[in-house]
Amino acid sequence: MKLNINGKPVEVAAEPDMPLLWALRDVLGMTGTKFGCGASFCGACTVQLDGEPIRSCQTPVSAVGTGKITTIEGLSASAWGRKLQDAWVALDVPQCGYCQAGQLLAAEALLRTTPKPSDADIDAAMSGNLCRCATYTRIRAAIKQAAVS
Amino acid sequence: MKASRREVLKAAALAGGGLSLGWQLSGAKASVPGALSAFVIIGADGSIRITAHQPEIGQGVKTSFPMMIAEELDVDWNQVTVEQAPGNRAVYGVQLAGGSSATPTQFERMRRLGASARAMLIAAAAKAWNVPAAEITTGSAMLHHKASGRSARYAEMAEAAASVTPPKPESLALKDPAQFKILGRRIPGVDNRKVVTGAPLFGIDARPPGLMYAAFAKSPVFGGKLKSANKAAALAVPGVKALFDIAERRDLKTEIDVGLPGIEVLPQGIAVIATNSWAALRGRDALAAEWEGGDAAFQSSEAWEAAATRAWADGAQKPAYINHGDAPAKMAGATRRVKADYRYPFLSHAALEPINATAHVKDGKAELWLSTQTPEDARRMVALALGIKVEDVTLHLMRSGGGFGRRLMNDFAVEAAVIAKAAGVPVKLQWDRGQDFAHDWLRPAGWHRLEAGLDANGNIIAWHDHFVSFGKDGVLNPTAVIDASLFPSGVIRDYRADLTVLPFASTLGWLRAPINNAFGFVTQGFIDECAAAVGRDPLEYRRTLLGTPRAIPIAEEFSGETKQDAKGTPYNTGRMRGVLDKAAAMAGWGRKLPARRGMGIAFHFSHLGYFANVVEASVAADGSVTVHGIWVAADIGKHIVNLSGAENQVQGSVIDALGAAMGQRISFADGAVEQKNYGDFPLARMNEAPPVEVAFLSTDYPTTGLGEPAYPSVAPALAAAIFQATGKRLRQLPFDTELLKA
Ligand code: FES
Ligand code: FES
Repeated sequence: MKLNINGKPVEVAAEPDMPLLWALRDVLGMTGTKFGCGASFCGACTVQLDGEPIRSCQTPVSAVGTGKITTIEGLSASAWGRKLQDAWVALDVPQCGYCQAGQLLAAEALLRTTPKPSDADIDAAMSGNLCRCATYTRIRAAIKQAAVS
Repeated sequence: MKASRREVLKAAALAGGGLSLGWQLSGAKASVPGALSAFVIIGADGSIRITAHQPEIGQGVKTSFPMMIAEELDVDWNQVTVEQAPGNRAVYGVQLAGGSSATPTQFERMRRLGASARAMLIAAAAKAWNVPAAEITTGSAMLHHKASGRSARYAEMAEAAASVTPPKPESLALKDPAQFKILGRRIPGVDNRKVVTGAPLFGIDARPPGLMYAAFAKSPVFGGKLKSANKAAALAVPGVKALFDIAERRDLKTEIDVGLPGIEVLPQGIAVIATNSWAALRGRDALAAEWEGGDAAFQSSEAWEAAATRAWADGAQKPAYINHGDAPAKMAGATRRVKADYRYPFLSHAALEPINATAHVKDGKAELWLSTQTPEDARRMVALALGIKVEDVTLHLMRSGGGFGRRLMNDFAVEAAVIAKAAGVPVKLQWDRGQDFAHDWLRPAGWHRLEAGLDANGNIIAWHDHFVSFGKDGVLNPTAVIDASLFPSGVIRDYRADLTVLPFASTLGWLRAPINNAFGFVTQGFIDECAAAVGRDPLEYRRTLLGTPRAIPIAEEFSGETKQDAKGTPYNTGRMRGVLDKAAAMAGWGRKLPARRGMGIAFHFSHLGYFANVVEASVAADGSVTVHGIWVAADIGKHIVNLSGAENQVQGSVIDALGAAMGQRISFADGAVEQKNYGDFPLARMNEAPPVEVAFLSTDYPTTGLGEPAYPSVAPALAAAIFQATGKRLRQLPFDTELLKA
């Protein structure tokens, strides 16, 4: 099967019904995308499909087709992505860091469509992504900082 | 670097407590040029490599500990590269992430490690320049001799310094804190860039060559035995390569740092080996394994609730389990009595990185890639299970995607090692979220029937608690032990607790601020009720209860089974009042609020840290609760090592505690945990996370840790705020908002 990941065509030897999450992690060795719940509750597995955040644990590889996948490993290709990464580092957002790939992919999609998000916009875009360490205060601050940088 | 084996062992035994420093170098490092100890390596190229030896679970030690070394080494933070140590106590001393113990026990040790390396560099320069060492100054990884105008980079002296005999730790002069350039600053985590670019860091990311993936089918009821399984169906799943029967063992008893009942058991099960985790987990499901029996088959939350209330009515199994003064006599003479029943549930750790372990077992040696809080325990357990030597277990210590106490236990490492041995190839064992909940080491549930005796002024003069929690054969599990050192015991001199122990047969464990995370709610909640009963201000009432600032020693004169465990901590009422006053000032305590909106205050002391917080919340007509703000005051001593990490920890703990209070509960039916995923065990989300303002008081006490002590005072302050808003008192965690409807 051929997928387009982070702007490159990639051949994936996977069962068609294998969730994209596991194809990325175990077949392609792209471990930046994280397994958290396997059931849409946590958002740790968030990637973007044609710019939309999706749950890769719920997306069979066969459903991706010719869509463009962006993972955390490819986030720096986006200008918003780089601004967010810099804000995340500078404001020291991560605690354990495990959720942050998913948070960043969700945040990049938010800023691309809503470059000056309100608190309500941030709540709406980010509440599907759990952070067990509860770094929400800083995630919110870092999104705002990236938005004005 | 000629430490004998004996000295090494002695150092290892002392590490964490005294001045032992870990001078000793592992075989690998000894050959590294410029290695001044196992913790400091200065390359000829100018690189300054500092070893982070503690398990990083999100508490920031991979940054804060090297900061301590770098400060006394007298280098700039941007000159430093941090490297993660493997798990190896003989080389690095104690490596353990738990009990908020790392900072208090190792702050001095880390600084002395830095000072020692600096002294060695100075000695080398003194010799090279033929000047007195005392005349040499340092800064930004440079050595200077003012009189002769000579200077050198550390890099130039590193090789010579490496052969200098390390100075005696007690001979080292440490910096005057006023001169600190790194400690106390806001320093971002050293792995941040890797985190935001998705670099492999966590245990789950390990991919040694030839890796295969495993899932493990085992009974959801602790100790259950396999009745049937469809192996053909599992083998038919594409990608599944092999199945291995794993026999139960109950003999894994060895000396470890963090042992709890149940750790000696390796469950019976079937290991499914596949080419990827998804196939392995599907293969496990295809087994449709059925189980029967088990030690824990009787476990039922409904039955326990009935048993606890029955015990309250019938009387305690162990009356006067804690008994100071004469509570019954004081109670009889009290002007007024207040009574209330409090309850809290089992809790799961629910770390976001699901439990996993990667292992390779070959030729009598094991290699592990682990997210663990106790790497040395993992090595010991695996060595025991495989019948090999601890020295033959290599442990790559990976970043943990959350710990919260779950990864103090290494049951998963044993499973992975045994499965890897059977498979003969490197194997990554992956639990799914359901197994993570089903096989956790839970915070025990508990029940408290409380009675307070108040004097004519309304102040508490006697306290009585009939406490019901879990253990075995009438003995409380260590994770449920409330000892006589816990506030309000001590401040209230006539204090009695009766005890009933309900049987529990699966696994209980340590969860962030263990014991305190529940007891803080009970104590502060009940004190708030006493204040309300006599119409007093909750802040003033607590200040009066605490009285004059003083240290409360651990009472000697209590009886009961905790006597041998009387290892609690004295507390200081002045520090408690200090944080209460600060939190109240930050929040604007007493400010006028609209209808159905209230403020609550609470404090707690645990893990050597003093915390108070004010919560402001409103309650809608449908009972739903909105938290508008939380103000936290902390007293963890003189120095905050890393202000950025410290503030992050406190905000996270507080929001975590809020999430737990609003909805988290683990329950049992038919012997098994009922919750399967985050849908049944909600964590706080972005839209529920209020602003949290944090202030650290700087007091003249030793620096202590803060992974835990911010948690316990949150739920009672929220309950108090809800009471102010609605007049309704919530006495059970998690809160039932149905009760709050207008
Ligand atoms: S792992 Fe996909 S939503 Fe949790
Ligand atoms: S930083 Fe640990 S889960 Fe978000």
